[in-house]
Amino acid sequence: MKAYWSVFRARFTVQLQYRAAAAAGLVTQAFWGLLRVMVLEAFYRSAEAVPPLSLPEAITYTWLGQCLFRLIFLSPDPEVREMMRAGTVAYEMARPVDLYAFWLSRALADRIVPTVLRAVPMAVLATVFFGMQFPPSLGALGAWALALVGALFLSAAISVLLTVSLLWTIAGEGITRLVPAVALFLSGLYIPLPLFPEWCQPVFDLLPFRGLGDLPFRLYTGHLPPEAVFSVILRQWVWIGVFVLLGRSALRQGMRRLVVQGG
Amino acid sequence: MSQIVVEGLTKTYQIAEREPGPWGAVRGLFRRRYRRVVAVRDVSFSVESGELIGYVGPNGAGKSTTIKILAGILVPDSGRCRVLGRVPWRERVAHTARIGVVFGQRTQLWWDLPVIESFELLRDIYRVPETVYRKHRDELVDRLELSPLLDTPVRQLSLGQRMRCDLAAALLHGPAVLFLDEPTIGLDAASKLAVRDFLWEINRERNVTILLTTHDMDDIEALCSRVIVIADGEVFYDGSLEGLRARVTNERRLIVDLEDPGLPLRVEGAVEIQREGHRRVLSFDPTKTPTPLLIADVTAKYPVRDLFVENPPIEEIVAQLYRDRER
Repeated sequence: MKAYWSVFRARFTVQLQYRAAAAAGLVTQAFWGLLRVMVLEAFYRSAEAVPPLSLPEAITYTWLGQCLFRLIFLSPDPEVREMMRAGTVAYEMARPVDLYAFWLSRALADRIVPTVLRAVPMAVLATVFFGMQFPPSLGALGAWALALVGALFLSAAISVLLTVSLLWTIAGEGITRLVPAVALFLSGLYIPLPLFPEWCQPVFDLLPFRGLGDLPFRLYTGHLPPEAVFSVILRQWVWIGVFVLLGRSALRQGMRRLVVQGG
Repeated sequence: MSQIVVEGLTKTYQIAEREPGPWGAVRGLFRRRYRRVVAVRDVSFSVESGELIGYVGPNGAGKSTTIKILAGILVPDSGRCRVLGRVPWRERVAHTARIGVVFGQRTQLWWDLPVIESFELLRDIYRVPETVYRKHRDELVDRLELSPLLDTPVRQLSLGQRMRCDLAAALLHGPAVLFLDEPTIGLDAASKLAVRDFLWEINRERNVTILLTTHDMDDIEALCSRVIVIADGEVFYDGSLEGLRARVTNERRLIVDLEDPGLPLRVEGAVEIQREGHRRVLSFDPTKTPTPLLIADVTAKYPVRDLFVENPPIEEIVAQLYRDRER
């Protein structure tokens, strides 16, 4: 366990060095957040029926998305991707560790630090100036926190699968651009999922991405009651299990067919 | 028992090919053509504990592939292989804990971290107990003169400094076997010497078995008691350096510095192959013309400032070996 904890810590420290990137991200996120909130307000003003999400809820939902953008964003490990290109990935395989757990530890660290660096100031800013609301009860806050842990692991598990896919594609430009964009959409980051037509909802329910953003956000706003946290967590962890198994078996296959480039 | 046993190792890569030009790229979308490249073919050898072996061959001969199979990174198509009694790719985790690997063109240190933090990370990854780690670390830092580098981030190190750190990194967990893929590539003369001296010492003193690939024949001459030559994926020489020389050629060279640069040098049983100022290089076969006789002959006939006997450089021997093989 110590090996994984150490690599997690090392990544953590390295990530802390990127404070300027976090500050830049903060500005971008705030800008897009304002834009989205304005669009939402315009739509709500001209709504003919009562939307399934109240405006304050939708605004808080949107800001949560902006705060937690880096947690939800799926991407293969940039370090491993660089190693694939340069061929240093040979060293990764030459270490006495379970490579999957190793990569998962790193994916977790890569998500926690940038998220915390951005989310805390963003949340303060959005709560004070831009209409983000506190959760209605302590129960809602607790439920959200639990679901957030699930979202973190889900995001990391999908991202490791993307990392493993690099064993086949090496550069992986296609997958690594397509998947995050689709996943952001399907987790409610562009438009809150409850605002989609009724017939879309079962589709969202069938996919794993809802657990990344939509469900935790709705626990926070109180749109889902705190008791719903159990089914949310169950959903998340079933998907995490699926992605871990998929990632592990893909990694096993990938290593068998591995061609280490050059040298 | 042998530490490393390799029998009939074969590995083929499949490489996707596309026809040249934009039309070829389009056709490649629908029909992929694959070319099979045999990286190693039926390679066999065994290594005893404490040997220091040079693994030599031209680019693309299959040297790195062999090392990567032995290190548990690649899975061969067929053949058997045991390192310290384990099959590398089947028991990868247990296997890699007992070996050290250095790829000269790459670093295993963390780019953004100071050297010492990389070492600590490796200590945890290899599960080295703290006391053992301290002992190894202090010894390596001392031997490789790393103390001024320890707090420097790896990206700021020169290539020579980085290689010294990489060697230390590969030995922190006290491996019994060390695989080195071109450890001296790109290094300046002083760094090369430092690396060689260090490898020699740990081989002698710690009895670490070393298998190294290199293009630098000075590495081989300075270090290796045994050479394995590979080309096109096949082993075609395995034995001592002297044996390698004898197999290709018995040639020996007599280098003579004459008093008078204008004089032609003619002696029985030797051919002049180079003339430069005072210096003449004679080539001869010691089995036909014994060296003492030749020297006596030269010194009797000509006024000589200095003279010495040399083996042809190992580069030439290996180049000759490749030429012979192609014929």
